[in-house]
Amino acid sequence: MKQKSVAVVGAAETTKMGKIPDQSVIQLHADAALNAMADAGLKPSDIDGVATAGASPVELAHYLGITPTYADGTSVGGCSFMLHVRHAAAAINEGLAKTILITHGESGRSRVGAGGFGRNPASLMGQFEMPYGVTSPPTMFTIPVLRYLKTYGLTEEDLAMVAVIQREWAAKNPRASFKDPITVDDVLNSPMIAWPFRMLMCCLVTDGGGALILTSADRAKDFPQKPVYVLGTGESVETPMVSQMEDFTSSKAFRVSGKKAFDEAGIKHADVDHLMIYDAFAHLPLYGLEDLGFCKPGEAAAFIRERNTAIGGKLPLNTNGGGLSYMHSGMYGMYALQESVRQMRGIAPAQVPGAKISVCHGVGGMFAASGTIIFTNEG
Amino acid sequence: MDRALPTPTPETQHFWDGCKAGELRLQRCTDCSHTYFPPRPFCPGCGSRSVEVYAASGKGVLWSYVINHRPRPDMGKDPHSIAVVKLQEGPTMMTNIIGCPQTPEALQLDMPVEVVFETFGETALPLFQPAKG
Repeated sequence: MKQKSVAVVGAAETTKMGKIPDQSVIQLHADAALNAMADAGLKPSDIDGVATAGASPVELAHYLGITPTYADGTSVGGCSFMLHVRHAAAAINEGLAKTILITHGESGRSRVGAGGFGRNPASLMGQFEMPYGVTSPPTMFTIPVLRYLKTYGLTEEDLAMVAVIQREWAAKNPRASFKDPITVDDVLNSPMIAWPFRMLMCCLVTDGGGALILTSADRAKDFPQKPVYVLGTGESVETPMVSQMEDFTSSKAFRVSGKKAFDEAGIKHADVDHLMIYDAFAHLPLYGLEDLGFCKPGEAAAFIRERNTAIGGKLPLNTNGGGLSYMHSGMYGMYALQESVRQMRGIAPAQVPGAKISVCHGVGGMFAASGTIIFTNEG
Repeated sequence: MDRALPTPTPETQHFWDGCKAGELRLQRCTDCSHTYFPPRPFCPGCGSRSVEVYAASGKGVLWSYVINHRPRPDMGKDPHSIAVVKLQEGPTMMTNIIGCPQTPEALQLDMPVEVVFETFGETALPLFQPAKG
C-alpha cells in the first residue's frame, strides 16, 4: 500500500472489560463501535465500510444501522483485525469506501450469545489432530515449544521471564486484569496446564471488544483526534494444523507478514520505537522478536532477560501488559492495535516518550495466520 | 465417554483404511518424489496429480509435545502426551506417545518411536510408542 495514505481516526475499547455478563457478543461489538464513533465524532450513517471477525459483517452492519459499500469478513483468528486494517487501507485508496469501521467483540469468559468450540470431524484438523486429545489453544499453540527450547538450549525459566516482564508493564495500566508483580518462581509454581506451560504462561480469558475507524489521510486532519497513519502492512497464512508447521522454531506466516510490512514501510528495525507482539502464550514474543528480525534465531529470550523490552528498555514491548496480563477475550489482535494507536496518540497509560513508529504484529489460530501493521504519528 | 474420532473423506479414506489394516499409508508424488501428509490427491510441492499411496515405515522420532494436565473427557483422567512425530519419510504427524510414563523424563525429544494402531470401534488410530530395539 501507499505509505501514510490512510489513517486511524477513531479508536476505542468496550466501556467495560474483563467480566461482562450482561452483554452478548454482538452488543460488545456495538459498544466498542459506538465508543470509536464518539471518539471520531461520527454517527453510524457516516460509516460506509465494515469489517469484522467472529460476528459476520452482515450482522454488524445491520445491528448498527449501517449501509456499507464495502464489507470484509476475513476471519483467520486473532490477527483478523490486522488484515482488516490492511484491506481497509487498500479499499480506501481504491475508492471502495471512505470511512471504514473495524470491530471486535467477544464474550470469552461469560459466553453470552457466543458459539461453541465444536470442530467438524471431517475437516483435516478434525481427522488428524482432534483424535489425540487437543482441547483449546493451551494444548495446540504450545506444541512446537519444546523443539524451540531444545534447539536453542533454552529453558522453562526463559518462558517464565516473558510473563514476569509483561506484568511489570501491566502494573502501569489501570485497565489491566492482573497488576501485581510476579517472579519466575511464581510462574513456574502456578498450576500446570500442559507441560511445559503453567497457567501464568497462558493468556487470560475475558470479555470485551474494541473498534477502529479508518479514513484517507487527506480527510484525517479534519477529525478531532490526532491521526495515526498506516505506514506499512503485511499478512500471510501457513497451516490450519500446528502439527504441519514447516519449522517448529519459527513461523513462516510471521516471517512473510513481517517482511512485507517492513518493506512497505521502508523502515529499519532501529527506527521502531514501540512494538506489540500478540502474546496468547509466553513463547509468542520469542518467536515474534526473531521472525520479525529484531533478534537472531534463538536470541530473543536473552534480549528479554536483559530487559531490552521492559520499562526503560530500548524496545518497549507489549506495553499494555499483553494477553498475558492485560486482557484476552479470544481474538486479542484488536487490543494490540488499540495499544499501538494509544502510543501513537501519546495517551497510553505506560506511554513511551516521543514514540513515532509502532509495529503491531498479530497471530491467528495456532501459528496459522499473521498480520502486521506499522503505524506512525508523523503525517 | 467415547473417543473423538475422525470422519474420513474421499481424499483421506485410504489413510484410515490403512490404519485398520495395520499400515501407515503416506502419499508420494511420482513426478517430484515429494512425500507429504495429510492426504490429498495432488502434490502440495509441485501441484501434480500424479501421486501414489504407499506403506510407510511407521518409524520416526519424537519431534515435540505437551503433556496435557487437563485431559478432554474422552481422554481419561490422567495427564497424557499430545505429540508430533517426525516420520522417517519426512512429514510430521500429530499423535499420542503410549507405552511409557507420561513424564518429561520418559518423553525425550528425538527418541526413536514406532507406530502402533489402537482400535476404537470402527476406527484405528496411529499412536506411537518408544521404538523396540
